[in-house]
Order: sequence, then C-alpha cells, then structure tokens
Amino acid sequence: MAALRRPPRIQVPGPVQWMHENLFSSAFNSVLTLVAFFLIYQTVVPFVQWAIIDAAWSGNSRDACLRFENGACWPFIIERSGQIVYGFYDVAERWRVDVILIILGLGLAWLTVPGTPGKSYVGALMIAVFPFVAFVLLVGGFGLVHVPIEKWGGLLITLVVAVTGIVVSLPLGIVLALGRRSDLPVVKGLCVAFIELWRGVPLITVLFMSANMLPLFMPDGMTINKLLSALIAVALFSSAYMAEVVRGGLQAISKGQYEAAAAVGLGYWRSMAFVILPQALRLSLPNIVGNFIGLLKDTSLVSIIGFYDLLGIVQAGNADAEWATPNTAMTGYVFAGALFWVMCFSMSRYAKALEGNLQAGERR
Amino acid sequence: MSWWRTRRTQDLLFQAALLGGVVLLVGGMAWNAAGALERQNIASGFGFLDNTAGFDVVQTLVRYDETSTYGRVLIVGLLNTLLVAIVGIVLTTLLGFVIGIGQLSSNWLVAKLCRAYVETLRNIPLLLQLFFWYFAVLRALPIPRDSWTIFGAFFLNNRGLYVPGPVTEPGFGWVVLAIALGAIGSLLLSWQARRRREAQGVITPVAPQSLALLLVPALVISAVTGFPLHFTWPVLEGFNFEGGIVVLPELMALVIALSTYTASYIAEIVRAGIQGVAKGQIEASQALGLKRSPILRLVLVPQAMRQIIPPLTSQYLNLTKNSSLAVAIAYPDLVSVFAGTTLNQTGQAIEIIAITMGIYLTLSLLTSSAMNWYNARIALTER
Repeated sequence: MAALRRPPRIQVPGPVQWMHENLFSSAFNSVLTLVAFFLIYQTVVPFVQWAIIDAAWSGNSRDACLRFENGACWPFIIERSGQIVYGFYDVAERWRVDVILIILGLGLAWLTVPGTPGKSYVGALMIAVFPFVAFVLLVGGFGLVHVPIEKWGGLLITLVVAVTGIVVSLPLGIVLALGRRSDLPVVKGLCVAFIELWRGVPLITVLFMSANMLPLFMPDGMTINKLLSALIAVALFSSAYMAEVVRGGLQAISKGQYEAAAAVGLGYWRSMAFVILPQALRLSLPNIVGNFIGLLKDTSLVSIIGFYDLLGIVQAGNADAEWATPNTAMTGYVFAGALFWVMCFSMSRYAKALEGNLQAGERR
Repeated sequence: MSWWRTRRTQDLLFQAALLGGVVLLVGGMAWNAAGALERQNIASGFGFLDNTAGFDVVQTLVRYDETSTYGRVLIVGLLNTLLVAIVGIVLTTLLGFVIGIGQLSSNWLVAKLCRAYVETLRNIPLLLQLFFWYFAVLRALPIPRDSWTIFGAFFLNNRGLYVPGPVTEPGFGWVVLAIALGAIGSLLLSWQARRRREAQGVITPVAPQSLALLLVPALVISAVTGFPLHFTWPVLEGFNFEGGIVVLPELMALVIALSTYTASYIAEIVRAGIQGVAKGQIEASQALGLKRSPILRLVLVPQAMRQIIPPLTSQYLNLTKNSSLAVAIAYPDLVSVFAGTTLNQTGQAIEIIAITMGIYLTLSLLTSSAMNWYNARIALTER
C-alpha cells in the first residue's frame, strides 16, 4: 500500500527526447521540420542582415544610406520621425498632440490593466469628455492658436480617425443592433437596410462617396470639411459592423433574462439599459476589440483620398527625391508595418485575455 | 386608457415619426444635390454611359479602345475586379487551408511557423502590405534585360511576369466540349457512387474512372483534330519582351497581397473548424474500427466543413471587396477606372458611386442569400 501513496514520478523530457517527440516523430515530420527550418533560415536571416547588420544607422541625408546598399535606411525614419507622429502640425504646438497622446495612453492603461478602481468613471470620461478636450486642443480656441486640419498628419490623423470611429460607432452600433431586433417593422427595416448597405460595399467606395457626394448633399453655401466627411464615412461604415457584433451578444442572452426584466416591471428601455445590454456588451467585448483592430487597420485607407496618415506620410517620403535610395521604400513600410503590428497585436492579445476572463466567469 | 395612450398607437406614431424624419433627411439631401448639380451645369441621369471614354486602360479582358464608351469602361473594370477576385480566392483557399492545418500540426516548429504567419499578416493593414509588394518588391525587380527566368519560358522583371501564351486553332472548341462532357460524366459517376454508399454502405472507388472520363475523350479528340493548341513564347526584343502573356506587376501585387492576407483569416477559420469537431466523433469512429483516412474523409472533414464554409464565404466576399484597394496602385479594377477615372472626367458623382456600390452590394447580397440557403440545407436536423 505504501507504494500506492507515493506521488507519481513526473518525467521531464530532455531536449533530445523533446526534439524526437515534437520535431522528428516520423519520417514525414522530419521532412516538414527541415522544410520549416529552411524557410525560417531563408527569411529571418536575410531580414536581420538587412534590418540590423547591413543597415545605415546614423546620418541625416540620403548619402548616409547610399553607402549601405543592402541594408535598411534608418536615418530616413529618424529624420522624418516628427512628420510620422505629427504630420505637418506646427512645431511650436506639437506639445498639444503630446498631451492628448499621454491622456489617451493613461486612459487606455487605466481601463485595460486589471484591478484599477473606478473603471466605469474613467471609461465614461474617455468616451464623453476626452473627445471634446482633444478636439479643442487639436483645433485651437480658448487662447490656443488655430491649427488648420490640412496640417494634421501621421500617427495623429491615424489615431483621430480610429478614435472618432470607435467613439461614434459604439453607441450608434448599439442603437442599430437594438433596432434590428425590434418588433416594429419600420424600425427593423430601416436598421437592416442601413447595416446591410454599409457592410455590402468596400470602405474605399464609402470614402469616395464622402469625398465626392457629401459636398453635394450640403445646403447651398455650406461647405463640409474634408476630414469631417471622411470621419462621417468611417463612422457610418464601422457602426454597421459594430451593430452586427453587438447583435451577436444580444442573441446570446437567454430569453429568461428578458422575461425576468419584464417581470420586475421594467419597460423596454430600462430593461435594455440595466439588464440586457450590460450582459450583452460584456459578452461581445472581445469581438468589439476585434472590430477596433479592423478599424485601426482600415484607417490607412484615408491615404488613398489624400490624407497624410501614418502610411500616407511614409508613402510621401518614399516618393521624395531627397531620400531616393533603393532601400527607402522598404524601410518605410517595415517601420510603419511594425508600428501597426504592435498596436494591433497588443489589442488582439487583450481581446484574447478578455475572452479567457469571460470563460473563467462561466466556469464558476 | 384613452386611445392615444395605448401601446399600439404609440408604436405607430413613433414609427411614423421615424419614417418621416428619414424621408425628410433623404429628401433634403436630394433637393440640395439637385440644386448643386444645376449650378454646376451637370446633367443628371445615366446618359453619360453612352459617351466616348477616350482614355486607355492597361489591361482589358474584352475588346476595348479609346473610342469605347463609359459603359464599356464599367464592364472592363468589373471583369478586372472579377479576375483578381477569382484568382485570389483560389490561391487564398489553398494557402489558408495549408496554414490552418499546419497550425494543428504535431510538429512543433511547423505549428509555430504557421502561428507566426497568421499573427504577423493579420495585424498589418492590407493597404500597407499591398504597397510593400508593389513598390518595395515588384517595382524593385531587375529591368527586362536582366529578368529572372525559369526554364527560359517564364520571365520576371519590373514590367511584370511573362508567361507562354496559348493560341487556339480551329477544332479547339471540340476539345473543350469533350472536356465538359467528361466533367459532367465524372460528376454523375461520383454522385451515383455517393448514393450507393449512403443507401447500401458500400464504398465504390471512382477516382480512376473519373480521371479516365475526363482525360481520354479530350486526348482522343485532340489527336483527331491535330492538337489544336500551341504556345507563343516570350522573347526579349530590344528593351522589352514580345509574345506570350504578360501579367502586370499591379495584378501580381494585388493577387499576392490579397491572397496572403486573407489566408491568415482563413487559416484561423480552418483551425477553429477542425478543433470544433467533438472529440467523441473521432473516438467513436476509431471504436468502430475505421482507419485514419476514412476517419478524416467521412467523419472529420464533413463536420469541420459545416463550420468552416459560412465564415469562409464571408472571407471570399471580403477579398472581393478588398480588391478595390487596386485604386491605390492603379490596377484598372472597377473602382479605379470607373469610380476613379470616369468620375473625374464626367463629374457624375452620384450616378457613378451608386452604380459602383450597387454592384458590390449585389455581389454581397447574392453571396449571403446563397449562404443562408446552404446553412439551412446543412443545418443539423435535431429530432
């Protein structure tokens, strides 16, 4: 009996055994491993060589890069870093953008790091107050110098488009999702038509529409700002996608919840606001974050209609004769790609963690 | 309760008010647009489609020249969009399934490599990837004289990919007919075999017969008509290649970017679909004594496909819609030549955007209704 009480021996596989089990378990697997090794060797090694070892790291003109024929041209990025972040925003006023970025960063950190107190108040402030503060800071007024929108660019415009899209599309998407599930035929019909229209067409046609058609729809004598019309397009487009995500959450709420809310005497709006939506939004949170990732990536499309967003600035730099080297374009894309990747990947990790939390709650 | 306080009346009033608001908004916009067009002296309507376009398009799948109409431009652009979509869908499906299955490989390195592919490509904007392929890779290729070549038949340079072009001779129609009939025959054969399997549980292998049906008549007819197909080979003449077919760098960049990007989404769908098949299904089939191959073919794949196909279709649709990014690298797709060049030349913004959106919307609605039909057909009928 004593032998049975001893804890089981745990075998920790050694590296050779691990490799045998995970890389060379059969002839076919061995071939696959070799092919994979070859692929990694063929892509990672030249990339590291190009991006780090053979790259130009210092200098302030293209001559510095021309000496490194087979390496990245990092001085281009360093020299243009101001434009990449702020666009053509007045240098003396750039602190205003910094303030906004810091508030945004702190706010997001507060909301995403688990365990911070008062998340709902911070969230409400970020959605209801922050956009107005940011607007005043960016445009000017209240004693601040006016900075015309034509001067905005780089990461600034990417974030302006993305954040506006998020802030507008979330409430609009919720309303549309509720409308789509409504019993009233007119409400339902209008919401379905709206959602399917935007989901059925590519974003670029919506942006073309905002650039070419929206000015025609304005009353005589009233003009619409170019950025504003692009923002409207992005917001309408993403609210249709948001509506579908929220609808998914609503569908997952059991009928009992609706009936219970009605049984305690809550009307439609109150049962939605206090019973159904809090649960539905919590369920759809991972997908909402997923939608934000898509929106952030989609902001790059505004470069097609003439804005100098993060991608647009890089693209403009590539075409600049001052920096014409064989490696400028590649360097610009790799840098912008890495920046987008860091933003999107961290959001997707966050969405995954949320999903894990939800499931943990279900398991209890 | 008085009549105007009942639920029914309030609902009706609310809906009437909403509808009125929407009508007012749309009507107001239409009124403003009509006024603006009148001031700019632009005649509204679709008459401009019959006017001569007068610009050149670098890639046309149907006859087109500078005397063609804007209506013709629309068709040329639509066909170019469909070309990208079809080629892209085929390639992305292959790549996506390989990577999706690779993610589940028992080989640690392969699984990690596939995972890294998915996480990298999914998190970088498609437009950036398109620019990367077009400006940083394809436009940086050597000039025609220093082309990269495979077997002296395929040439890759900064003007595009040059491949041998097929030239048909009289009698080729008969070969096509033979292939078509062979295909119908083999489809009938496999359908019959499937019915037999479902009714009697007898598995009849039909692969060799199908292949024979497909190939033998086609080969016989080809031999009789004297092999009515030959190829022209691309040859370097001066500064450029003559003969063969050229695949434009714009087309290549678009197809590569769209298919590699979409493949990262398809890989996730495939992985989820395979993982979604209940373990008990596999264990049950093992308990029945089935071998690995029939388990895959008859148990795992049909059930995984049930979960894979609906999101897969929406990825196909996304790829088609994303092909509109062509406008950024001047590939002559629908948006580029119609909503771009034609709109700039004619100024008929409302008509052109409406037609363009209408086409994409029709494609989307057709696909989603086909999907609903399919979903209803394959839905588990629980008794």
